[in-house]
Amino acid sequence: MARLTTENVGVAKEIISRYPRPKSALIPLLHLSQEQDGYVTEEGMQHIAELVGVTPAEVLGTCSFYEMFKLEPVGRYVVNICNNVSCMLCGSDELIHHAEQRLGIKVGNTTPDGTFTLESVECIAACTEAPALQVNYRFFNKVSTDGFDGLIDDLAAGRLDDDVPAHGTLARVRQHIPDDRRAGSIPPEGQTEPAWMHLNEPPASADGGEPS
Amino acid sequence: MTITDAPKILTARLDRYADAHTIARYEETGGYQALRKALTTLSPGDVADEVKAASLLGRGGAGFPAGVKWGFCPPGVWPRYLVVNGDESEPGTYKDRLLMERDPHQLIEGVLLASYAIGAAQAFLYIRGEMPLAHERVAQALNDAYAKGYIGRNIMGTPFSVDVVLSWGAGAYIVGEETALIESLEGNRGMPRLKPPFFPAAKGLYLQPTVVNNVETLSNVPWIVSNGAAKFTELGADTSKGTRMFAVSGHVKNPGVFEVEYGVTTFRDVIMAPVYAAGVRGDRKLKAFIPGGASSPWLYEEHLDLPLEKVIVDKAGSMLGSGAIVVMDETTDMVKACLSVVSFFAHESCGKCTPCREGTTWLRQILERILAGYGRPSDIDLLMDVSDNISPGLVWPPKQTTICPLGPSATAPTASAIRRFRHEFEAHIDRGMRARGEQPPPAQAVAEPAFAGRDHGGLE
Amino acid sequence: MSDVAVTINGQEIVANKGELVIDAAERHGVYIPRFCYHPRMKPVGMCRMCLVEIDTGRGPALQPSCMIECTPEMKVDTQSPVTKKAQDGVLEFLLINHPLDCPVCDKGGECPLQDQTLTYGPGESRFVEEKRHHEKPIPISDLVLLDRERCILCDRCTRFASEVAGDPLISFLHRGNETEVNTFPDDPFASYFSGNTVQICPVGALTALPYRFKARPWDLEATESTCQGCSVGCRIAIQESRNEVLRYLGVDADPVNWGWLCDKGRFGFEAVGAGNRLRDPLVRRGDQFSVVRWSDALHATATAITAALGSTGPSGIAVIGGARLTNEDAYAWSKLAKGLIGTDNVDCQLGDGLPASAVLGLPKATIDELCAPGATVILLGPDIKEELPVLFLRLKHAVQNDGVKVIEVSSMPTGFTKYASVSIRHRAAEANEAVRALLDGIPAGKDGGGADARVLDAARALVTSGAPLTVLLGRTSLSEQPDAVVDAAAALVDRVPGVKFLSGLRRANVHGALDMGLAPGLLPGRTTLAAAGGWFGRVWPQVPTQTGLDTTGILQAAAAGHVDVLILLGADPLADFPDRTLAEQGLAGARTVIALDTFLNESAQQADVVLAAAGFGECEGTTTNIEGRVSVLNQKVTPPGSARTDWIIAAELARILGSDLQLESVDDIRDEIEELSAAHRGLTVDVLAKMAYGDGVVVPLPSEPAPGADGDGDADGVGSEASDEAGDEASDEAGEPETVGADLERPGPAPIELERTDALEAPPIDAYSYRLVTGRRLYDQGTLVSQAGHLAGLAPGTVLRINPYDFDRLGVAEGTTLPLRSPRGLVEIEVHTDREVPRGTAVMFFNQPGADAARLIDATARVTEVRLETGGPS
Ligand SMILES: Cc1cc2nc3c(=O)[nH]c(=O)nc-3n(C[C@H](O)[C@H](O)[C@H](O)COP(=O)(O)O)c2cc1C
Ligand code: SF4
Ligand code: FES
Repeated sequence: MARLTTENVGVAKEIISRYPRPKSALIPLLHLSQEQDGYVTEEGMQHIAELVGVTPAEVLGTCSFYEMFKLEPVGRYVVNICNNVSCMLCGSDELIHHAEQRLGIKVGNTTPDGTFTLESVECIAACTEAPALQVNYRFFNKVSTDGFDGLIDDLAAGRLDDDVPAHGTLARVRQHIPDDRRAGSIPPEGQTEPAWMHLNEPPASADGGEPS
Repeated sequence: MTITDAPKILTARLDRYADAHTIARYEETGGYQALRKALTTLSPGDVADEVKAASLLGRGGAGFPAGVKWGFCPPGVWPRYLVVNGDESEPGTYKDRLLMERDPHQLIEGVLLASYAIGAAQAFLYIRGEMPLAHERVAQALNDAYAKGYIGRNIMGTPFSVDVVLSWGAGAYIVGEETALIESLEGNRGMPRLKPPFFPAAKGLYLQPTVVNNVETLSNVPWIVSNGAAKFTELGADTSKGTRMFAVSGHVKNPGVFEVEYGVTTFRDVIMAPVYAAGVRGDRKLKAFIPGGASSPWLYEEHLDLPLEKVIVDKAGSMLGSGAIVVMDETTDMVKACLSVVSFFAHESCGKCTPCREGTTWLRQILERILAGYGRPSDIDLLMDVSDNISPGLVWPPKQTTICPLGPSATAPTASAIRRFRHEFEAHIDRGMRARGEQPPPAQAVAEPAFAGRDHGGLE
Repeated sequence: MSDVAVTINGQEIVANKGELVIDAAERHGVYIPRFCYHPRMKPVGMCRMCLVEIDTGRGPALQPSCMIECTPEMKVDTQSPVTKKAQDGVLEFLLINHPLDCPVCDKGGECPLQDQTLTYGPGESRFVEEKRHHEKPIPISDLVLLDRERCILCDRCTRFASEVAGDPLISFLHRGNETEVNTFPDDPFASYFSGNTVQICPVGALTALPYRFKARPWDLEATESTCQGCSVGCRIAIQESRNEVLRYLGVDADPVNWGWLCDKGRFGFEAVGAGNRLRDPLVRRGDQFSVVRWSDALHATATAITAALGSTGPSGIAVIGGARLTNEDAYAWSKLAKGLIGTDNVDCQLGDGLPASAVLGLPKATIDELCAPGATVILLGPDIKEELPVLFLRLKHAVQNDGVKVIEVSSMPTGFTKYASVSIRHRAAEANEAVRALLDGIPAGKDGGGADARVLDAARALVTSGAPLTVLLGRTSLSEQPDAVVDAAAALVDRVPGVKFLSGLRRANVHGALDMGLAPGLLPGRTTLAAAGGWFGRVWPQVPTQTGLDTTGILQAAAAGHVDVLILLGADPLADFPDRTLAEQGLAGARTVIALDTFLNESAQQADVVLAAAGFGECEGTTTNIEGRVSVLNQKVTPPGSARTDWIIAAELARILGSDLQLESVDDIRDEIEELSAAHRGLTVDVLAKMAYGDGVVVPLPSEPAPGADGDGDADGVGSEASDEAGDEASDEAGEPETVGADLERPGPAPIELERTDALEAPPIDAYSYRLVTGRRLYDQGTLVSQAGHLAGLAPGTVLRINPYDFDRLGVAEGTTLPLRSPRGLVEIEVHTDREVPRGTAVMFFNQPGADAARLIDATARVTEVRLETGGPS
């Protein structure tokens, strides 16, 4: 594994077809690759480069810009504790400290058994639920230190498998555009006025408009 | 107190129904009727005019009127694209995620109406990567809406055809900036483009005319089309019409996201009123609050009675930005709070502009040093001067030596904190020096706390 | 160009419409500091160094002057306190993480960052934090090292790689304060143009292996010259220290190279100073060479020539080569061979070019015309990325920015395929069929050389669109005769009014050599023996009457024992002639072989007398590029040992032969060329002296020069009022009436015309043979590459590529090595599939390590046919 599987190549091609330019599919395809392997591999990037017609360096340039793409293997569960201002005010420092103790690792590291990676992250749009964290980007709100321990226990015991898929799986529902409904991707070269631009316009008035 | 009983435009449905995100519930509660109304009775121009008449200010941060923006697409240049900004990542901000998770069809209907109005060949809905639930809900909603003929080819049997493509980010705050968002949608590193010449309305996605609108902005559109602009402008005050969502977080008793009448409700209302945030945690004194997301200069006690009105808050030297109010009580270490916000910007700088790439990290390093007890007395002026080199004059609205406002945003907390709480910086430095056996400089007379509106230079 | 009045620092200036503030200011003497801006690339406005206060009516605001176009009534202040503070701030930001290693940095002394800092920088650093750390220099290619700590992230190299070179193999990685430039792991920046990034890097982050630590800028002396790596004619600065060439830099010649060079040209300087250069003349004694005095070597040569004249007559003497020479050298040798010795068996091409009449006898285009906005181009020649790399850059730019549409006619995919609007793939040796079908549709009973009818239709639509059409004409393959290409050119010139041609011959000064008559049937000035015999007879002792042999003919004659003296004028047929078998037979058959060269190459090793010649940078002269642009080569170092300039060798040889070329100096030669060559009218010694620094001029000069025309007939801009200050280059003056004009109406011999080939039919091929197509790569085993230390290992080798359809029938696995046989010989080669290769065609590269195409090619066949032997029972 590393290059996209045949099935994923099919998904990739559908995603590419939605965009006016193939390169636009880069981020979704990198997510797909990460979903497949848990992180983004070099072979995965090379394969994506082939699929969208750019160089691997360009793929890496894009990939490495974005925080969510992991270029090295991470734990099955990536625990992201928000350290930003709202959560900081509500005690995220203590939570992070506690998490380090509990998991026995420093922020930025993975437990030796490969189960947990701990990260301290920027605002995750849960400010009113501070301190908040995400496990594989699934939200957990107002997490106390006890709550954290319970969460880790649940995750380790597999009790949350339905809610928290393995790292990499982002959305379990994919968009699907049925062929008979598809309006089509319009490349920038397709210079035409859309057909509906004069829909429901009052008929041209007698004193100016052209008879139609 | 000016708590009004204005109708909820955006959150009425999700407040009431746990299944507000389903197409069945949406249809049952009047969903897609605005679209039907538009496609059967209104021309694209009519829809645009209605939104313009509603003077719907953008809810993404800059507060630019949506209808006016739509009109900026150069005539006769096709194709045009619509890009929906669902990248919500400004610290303190939480409302677009709620709208996407809880009422995705409302957003989709808004997207369709906007596409109809501007003649968009395609719409791209860019959702922040770290929001898989929003992603799943929107994907399901799109699939259902396609199946029902609301999206895609010949919508509702009319010539109106548009695909709404779900796209997703991968963790980069800067991609919320519209030109960076466009770069990201092109598969590139999310580095902003310089405006001019790259105003999206003229040269946006693939250098074609592109309208970028925020999720909350577009979620208002179905209501406006259904009820008419006049009903919308009945709500609100001065330039700020309708309702608006504010997330109140930090040291409050009841943090939450509240939809309130725009321009009328005050900061005191949303922070103190029992129906909203219910006051400062532990009934402590309020020390400062961030009024519009991490990018906004801080406001204080004396600003509590300002209404949540764009122009008034601008004049006071800050902004309503993304509708994110973060409250800090008297126990807050302002140097630490400042570092938290500065670190955010340093971490999220795209790295394109020298002052932002180098300057924000430098600010962070100095603040860390001060907090760690290694500050020097000259550091406070250095912080101000480095900030000044990123945002000359440290005035409001900010000037910038950078391409986008991210770099200057990092100077808002520094300038705010130092101007008002310089003594806290000095205290940290003194403590550190004493611990190292050095003699801190003699204490200076504590300056009058400056009023932000005046002190920020007030370059209105 | 409409003008825009702008105020800069209180001074009213006139800018061009659309001109950037930074450029307009500089043109008017106000230099705005910058790091990321480069005039030949799209501005990105990211370093922020060029911030100035600009007022467009809404009050002054800091704006990057590299991104803002001048608009009417704009007010720019580059000196205001706000501007100053902003620029100082940016400089400080750039320095906080920049190492202070100027004393050991290659860029030290020519570093804009260092200069800015010394001029304006803060005295003392306020930055007490730890600097950013990266592993010390890392190789990002075979030629370039990257020191990320010194990098100021200006995006110049990365923009160059993607925007100019089209090789986006380096990119920004990570973000914010952790941003760095790098390649994908194990995927190096293997671009033919990588060296340009070293030149445009504003700091010492990118360094070139061949130059690292060699010198300090202040020790270097420079002169301008023209690169002799190929025939594009890129202007360069040769930099030297203590009589050693240490570096070439690209010079921005607007009509030619825009400052860019390919790596072969740029790093070829190492060959000039190579340790094994020939230093002295050699004479064979049995199996050994002895170093001799020049007079001995020249006498030995003269004795052989005299004997040949006595026995066989002039036709017993033949000269191969001349494209390495300067124009002046070539003229002297032309006069010696044709005018004194009287032989017309003279050819500066090595069986890999086109008939002279196809190069000189068609309406000529310049590079600017090829790349003119909106134009259509037919590529009917070699892969320009491999053979004329900077022309590739120019045309690629034109396609991507100026709406130029390219039709590629080729039997194999090329480096330009991805930029071409239409790629016509035809069977080898049938380019003419494809081009005729392009023009007229596929005639009944034919198949357009195997080209796809829809592709031909698309091409026809472009050719008939009314846009000006230019054809890049050259040799499409070394394993077929040039007839098909010549026939295709004939069809185009007959059918498309106004079509122009740009030559695609690649040898450095082959166009100069042809202009000087170093080809059978030719005399200097692009004319023929028949048309100009009388004209030259007035000055030259004699002029041959019979058209002589070309290189293939000479080698055949030599093999048959008809050549008494074979003179190799900087030519190495054993390595460089497509047909190795014939070259070996020819060299063996020639009674006496004389080699003038800079290295003791394979052919020279077979010679009886070896004359050590001065090389590039070691002599004065001019050179002529693909457009016919003459530019000046300046001398920077002295030749090694007693090596001599080629024209001096010719002159001395003439003297020993008992005659006199009457050429005592380069200026004498220039005078005589100006007088006798109709193509060089007006190119006087005075004019050339002024051209020592400059872009050169295209000959012939226009007979009625437009005021101030720069010589290529395109009067745009130069000389108009706007350029009074700008017209600083000698080349601009060269076309001015008072310098030349007067004499241009002198009558001269009639110019050469295209000689048409007879009706062509490609030979039928059987189902198991392939027609061989042989192309060149930039890096091969040629002298320049193999003698330049850092290029030497870069020749990639070759595989054989065939269509998957043909491949499947072989029944072997991809990448299998098989014997490949032609009527000439046999090689072992790895076989691969390539969808873009037409059926029945096999593609390989010439002069590569491993399988040697020259062992297969039959230079006398219309096309070389080959078979793969799969080892079954035969
Ligand atoms: C650094 C930066 C970050 C931004 N982040 C967001 C964001 O996360 N979401 C958003 O809608 N707008 C964001 N914006 C504002 C957008 O650039 C843009 O103005 C907005 O999407 C326009 O939509 P509106 O007119 O509907 O508000 C950001 C702007 C900047 C400068
Ligand atoms: S200000 Fe910062 S984030 Fe914005 S473009 Fe410049 S470097 Fe990027
Ligand atoms: S030169 Fe203008 S921003 Fe770099």
